[in-house]
Formats: sequence, structure tokens, C-alpha cells
Amino acid sequence: MTLDTTKHAAQTPEAEQPWAELGLKQDEYERVRAILGRRPTGAELAMYSVMWSEHCSYKSSKVHLRQFGEKAPESDALLVGIGENAGVVDVGQGYAVTFKVESHNHPSYIEPYQGAATGVGGIVRDILAMGARPVAVMDPLRFGAADHPDTKRVLPGVVAGIGGYGNCLGLPNIGGEVVFDPCYQGNPLVNALCVGVMKHADIHLAKASGTGNKVILYGARTGGDGIGGVSVLASETFDTAGDSASGTGKPTKRPAVQVGDPFQEKLLIECTLEVFKEDLVEGIQDLGGAGLSCATSELASAGSGGMRVELDTVPLRDSSLSPEEILMSESQERMCAVVKPEKVDRFLEICEKWDVLATVIGEVTDGERLEIYWHGEQIVDVPPRTVAHEGPVYERPYARPAWQDALQADGADKLPRPATAEELREQVLKVIGSPNQASKSWITDQYDRFVQGNTVLAQPEDSGMVRVDEETGLGVAVATDGNGRYAKLDPYAGAQLALAESYRNVAASGAKPLAISNCLNFGSPEDPAVMWQFAEATRGLADGCLTLGTPVTGGNVSLYNQTGEVAIHPTPVVAFLGVIDDVARRTPIAFAEEGQLLYLLGDTAAELGGSAWSQVIHDHLGGLPPKVDLERERLLAEILISASRDGMVDAAHDLSDGGLIQALAESCLRGGKGARIVVPDGLDPFVLLFSESAGRAIVAVPRSEEVRFNDMCGARGLPAARIGVVDGDAIDVQGQFSIPLAELREPYEATIPGLLA
Amino acid sequence: MARVVVDVMLKPEILDPQGQAVQRALPRLGFEGIADVRQGKRFELEVEGPVDDAALARIHQIAETFLANTVIEDFSVKVEVGEGADATAGQGATAVKAES
Repeated sequence: MTLDTTKHAAQTPEAEQPWAELGLKQDEYERVRAILGRRPTGAELAMYSVMWSEHCSYKSSKVHLRQFGEKAPESDALLVGIGENAGVVDVGQGYAVTFKVESHNHPSYIEPYQGAATGVGGIVRDILAMGARPVAVMDPLRFGAADHPDTKRVLPGVVAGIGGYGNCLGLPNIGGEVVFDPCYQGNPLVNALCVGVMKHADIHLAKASGTGNKVILYGARTGGDGIGGVSVLASETFDTAGDSASGTGKPTKRPAVQVGDPFQEKLLIECTLEVFKEDLVEGIQDLGGAGLSCATSELASAGSGGMRVELDTVPLRDSSLSPEEILMSESQERMCAVVKPEKVDRFLEICEKWDVLATVIGEVTDGERLEIYWHGEQIVDVPPRTVAHEGPVYERPYARPAWQDALQADGADKLPRPATAEELREQVLKVIGSPNQASKSWITDQYDRFVQGNTVLAQPEDSGMVRVDEETGLGVAVATDGNGRYAKLDPYAGAQLALAESYRNVAASGAKPLAISNCLNFGSPEDPAVMWQFAEATRGLADGCLTLGTPVTGGNVSLYNQTGEVAIHPTPVVAFLGVIDDVARRTPIAFAEEGQLLYLLGDTAAELGGSAWSQVIHDHLGGLPPKVDLERERLLAEILISASRDGMVDAAHDLSDGGLIQALAESCLRGGKGARIVVPDGLDPFVLLFSESAGRAIVAVPRSEEVRFNDMCGARGLPAARIGVVDGDAIDVQGQFSIPLAELREPYEATIPGLLA
Repeated sequence: MARVVVDVMLKPEILDPQGQAVQRALPRLGFEGIADVRQGKRFELEVEGPVDDAALARIHQIAETFLANTVIEDFSVKVEVGEGADATAGQGATAVKAES
């Protein structure tokens, strides 16, 4: 096979090229030709095709994501915004925190263990590239029906992969979610979040400037894994996965799966932090989706000049790889740094100390082109911005689906409610023991939650919390939430409910919410109905962030989560980051002291659309989700944070899916104490227990603090109803039923192991 | 009783961290001249009854669905005749490449 050099490409303008197989559309291919003024070489085609894929270019979502910047609230907290590897937030005392959530959905469906493991690895490198030490991970997960055979294939693999990779790195997994719904059958959502901590001075941005600076590739060797993963995996079918590599002239099928090596990643972390510490790098970029294509073009386009890379110097695991494959390879545990010439020796020395392979593969030039050579012959000569940032942008048509009205008209208020106290009791046990509401300990116990010794709160608490400074007790809290059922009923409100719930969760644990990252999981953008859901959800999130005064620091979009014509529920997942001055002041969810008073904060209305009750008891999805009142959420959060700081509450739990009874059950079982509940006048017991009205929390107030707490709520205008007391060893709802904790614990704890163990 | 051996190896392009760890250890222990190491798994199945085509088909199915993860691994099946003597090709031995 002759090498397809730029010279050769210029001489053979009519050569057939496999642009369609690589996922490019006709007009996109024409655009590449127009940019270059000739046909692209094979290597250039490989780069454009991966970088212009949905996954890398955000071509369908970009026009909507702009709102996150345009509607951004004034915030002093944001040190680095959208566009870098991850956003950076000021948490005080000279510390900055970076965090981000990303999807690894399709790879985790194909190969659950490695897909989920490399998802953790990828997000950890994103955080590392900002100069931060990764301190914790979280994983919001969604699977098909809990009793479906394929869930039993996918879930244990995913959980083991997350646990295996994270545990090897020594990173605590402090929370996340596990949700089951038939809509995720065949399209499980495996989102991964990482939090990192650094000092303000240590923030590093990805750019390559300074002519003559060296480009160093360090970490694992490059192999044939995951080739074309980004372009093909981000498309709607898996069947074509093997074909992508054949487009580059290789007969062998390259699997679009990568295998990770967490011990290599651990070395990469320590090595990278050390070169940062000695101030040896000008710019840095992790290699994830689109591998070297992405790293070189992004570094070059963020810098001032051009870049020249000698591709044949890249250390390979498999010497038969073609230049196209090297550019597209998604081999894990690799990073790319730009280093001043006089610092290269020291950089390499540190890499050697950590047993990390490092190679100078090129340098920053004073031109404006990214040039890549293969044994002295030029195979790529492109303006880097056209690869990395100026990809196609689509204004995809979107339209409110015709079925939306019928769905919303089919309200949950028509569903038969329990007629007797006995029936209400039965339904409580049924809901608490349903897969979505039951304890996820069987899953989270497979993760190491406490390694490093800084974990303050972890699942099943409202948020995961880690201590940042041992002296002062400064800590950060992160909660991730999303509710695809709500978002299906109303994507705008559903996205805001996810925002509100994660905000509430952070506040309930005593931390002040500062900023969000999001992972937007949707179906095919080529379906106008899905695109409408996406447009509505992003609009809802941007508007919501503006009201709450919290910026979006970055995130990730995952489209094409659908099988045939059937898309998943629109599932925007929001990760909220908060700060707490002293983790000793945190608020746990457990009711631990008998005699403490239970206050229900917020207003309860009969809102059951999309509720856990409607799903478990009636297998129903219809109507409208709970109303959103972000001003109320703000007030509630302020009360929860003040109460935590001033020691007015000993426990707090946010109310969300499953309503009050779910929160009561979790707090009672966690603390091993029961609760006596009195139904307030004018409220239906069923509504009190199962309604999912937003903007609510339940708190346990020591008797000595009752007056002060009541005064605070009264003065600020937050409805607070005393509904009971922590007492005994049963949940006793006066005039209705009593369920001993032992009886409640059984379905709550046995359901998940029963289905999956 | 006949023995059927199933060898499972990671596909050539898949990263093998274990093999790499072994390879890195070799020079440290003074063993030179090994360019690469790949580590796999070997299953020895004692088969009841004759190892006919039906039995081999069953073993192929076992390997494909359980012993190997065909997304990232290849496997081969071969029959051992007698005490540890390998069957030569043509005596019913089959080598099967997994399809991804």
C-alpha cells in the first residue's frame, strides 16, 4: 500500500475515499475538500471524521449548548469556564475544585467491565489535565428493567469495572445513582464523574504556544484499540462497529473496545502532578475519544502557532498499525504535554522515575498549520482550528412530538388510590421494595467509598462529601440527579427538576451549592421529537442555572441512545458541586436520636405524575411532573445550610422520587430509629406519603433548637410543618398503619441482591 | 475420558496489562531477549462420552458464551488424546476463531 501523502493527494484528486464508512456526510466531505483545496489524505480524513463526529464536535447540540454561556449568571466562583477539559471552581482558602461528568454509554453496553472502567479512567484524566489531584469519583447509572436478563449481563460488569478501576487508583466512589427503566434496555447510561482539588496557582490550561516548544506523548503505548470508536460508537447502530477500520485499508476487524490499565493510570497521575509541581509544562491534554487526532489539533488550535508531529516516533504496541490508525487509536492512559526545550530533560527524567514511557513526538512551529509526518513524508497539513473547533454545526429541525399532549393529558390523578389504610400500607412496602426505590448497597458496597480517609459522606447520603483540608475541615459535596420520567413528561421542567434535586441534595447535607456539570443523554438528534426534548431540556437547565445563580462549568452530551425508532427517556443528569467550610458541620440523613422533632419543609400538593408510586403500583407514566419553583428551592437551601451551620438540625433528607415515605424509610433505616407521624390537617395521608412535590425536605430538630428553628423558617417565610417525632422501632403513621423497621428493611435491602446477585 | 483444551487469549490488538507486567519484569530478573509477552487462560475440560462433532459443538458454545469474552478475546478448542498427548490436526482437532 502506498503512503497517502499530501503530495499524493494533490496529484490524485479523483481517488475514491471511504468518507461515508467513516461517518462523514457528503457535504461534510466536500467541506473538508474546500478547506484543504484538495482531497484529504487518508490520515486527514481519519482526523476530520473522528473530530467531526457527534461525540467530538457537538455538531447537533452546539447551538443549544451556547445558552450555558449566554445565560451564565454572574459568579465569582468560576475560575475556568466551559471549553477547557473541565471547569474550575473557587471553594475558598486558596483551593480550587474541578469536576466534570461524562458518558461512556455505548462502550459499556458492548463490553460492560472495560467500558465502565475506561469511562472512569477517561474522566480522571480530564480532571488531571487541569492540574488537579483527583480525589473522588461518582457514577450515575441507568439500566433496563431490573429483571431483564440483559441487565444481569450489563449491570454486574459495569459495577465491577467502575469498582475495579477506581479501587486500583485509590479513589473513593462517593455516590451517584442507579435507575432501572425498560427505556434503557439496550442503551444503558453509564455516566462517570470525577472531582479534583488544587491550589489556585496550579490551574493548567490545554494549549500549545511558544515556537520551538516540544510536544511530548507520555503514558501507555499506542495500540489498535477503540479505533473509530468515537465516530462509529456515537452513531445509532453497533453493527457497523467493525467496518470502520476496513475503511482505512485494513482487512482485520478492530474492536471498538478499549482495555484499561488502572495501575498505568495511577503512575500517570503521580507523574503528571509532579511535572506540574516543578512547572515543566506549558500546556497539557489528555487523550480520550479521537486520541492523537484530538490532542494534537486541540492543543495546536488553542495555542498561537502551528505544530509539527513526527508520527512514526509514537511508541506502538502493534508495529503493523497504519498512520491513520495511530491517529484514531483510543488507547487508554496517555497524555500529551507541551514543554519548553530546556525543560524536556527534566520532564523525561520524572517520567522515567515513575516508569512512564515518554517520547518527544513533535514541536510547536511558528506556522498556522498542523503538519504530521510519517518517516519524513507529509501526511497531514491542515489548519488545526478546522479540525478541532470549526467543525460542522447543525440547526437540526425540532418539533414538539404529536404524542406529547396525549401523554400529558393522561394524568396520574385518574389512577385508583389505595382505598383503605391496609392497602396504603401494602403499597408503601411495595414501593420501598421496588428496584428503583430499594437500597443500592449491594452495588455501592462493591466500590471503595473510604479510601484516602477523607470521605465524610457517601451513598446512601444525599450527597457525597470529601474533606479537602485536614486543618480547617474545608470540604466539597457533590450530588448527581436526573429523572428521565419527569423529563419525558416535560423536558424543560424535567431538566429543572434534576437541577433542583441535586441542588437540594447538596444543601441538605449542609454544603453551599456553587456550580454544575451536566451529562445530557438523549436519543437520535435526527429525530425532531428528540431534538425538541434536547432543546427544551437545555433551555430549562440554562434558565434554571440563571435563577439559582450557579454557572455550568462544562459537561458532555451523549446522543443516539436509541434502538431503532425508540429513544430513551430524555435524561439530563445534573451534578451539583457545593462547598462546606467545616465538614464536621455536615448533616447526615440518619434519624439517630429519639425524641427529635420531625419537620416537613415546603409545600405538599397532590403531584403524582411521573412518580415512583405511579410506576410501581400502576406501571403508568403520564400527566405533568411536579411544579418547579426555583426561588423556593433557593430559600429551602438557605434554611438547610443555616440550620446545619448553626447546629439546629441533626438530620436532613431531601424529598424526591418516592416522596415523604421514601425519605422517612431511608432516614429511619439508616439511623435504626422509628418515627411517629401525624398527618397534618387538610392533607390526604396518601398524598402526604407519596406526592413528589419539589422544594421539600424533612429535618430532625433537637427539642432544644425547636424555637430557634421555627423562628428562622417563620422569619424567612418557608412553610415548616411539625409532622412527628423520632421514636420507637417502627414507622407509625397515626390513624393509618405501623410498619416495624425490620419488616421495612426486608424488601428495602433484599430486592437488588435478589435480582442481581 | 477425553480431554478438550480451550485456550483463551486477548485479541492481538487489545491491551494486555498482565502480559506487559510480566514482560517488564523479565529484564529486571536478568532474562533478556523477550520482545513481547501475552498472557492467556487455558481450560481443560474432561468430557464424558465420545468427543464427536456434537460434543465439540457444545464445547464451542461453552467457550463462546462463558469461557471467553468474545468482544475482547479469541479462543481455540483442541482435543487431547490419551495422557497429555496432543491430537494432531486432522484427528478431529479443531481450532476455532471467535467472531467478534
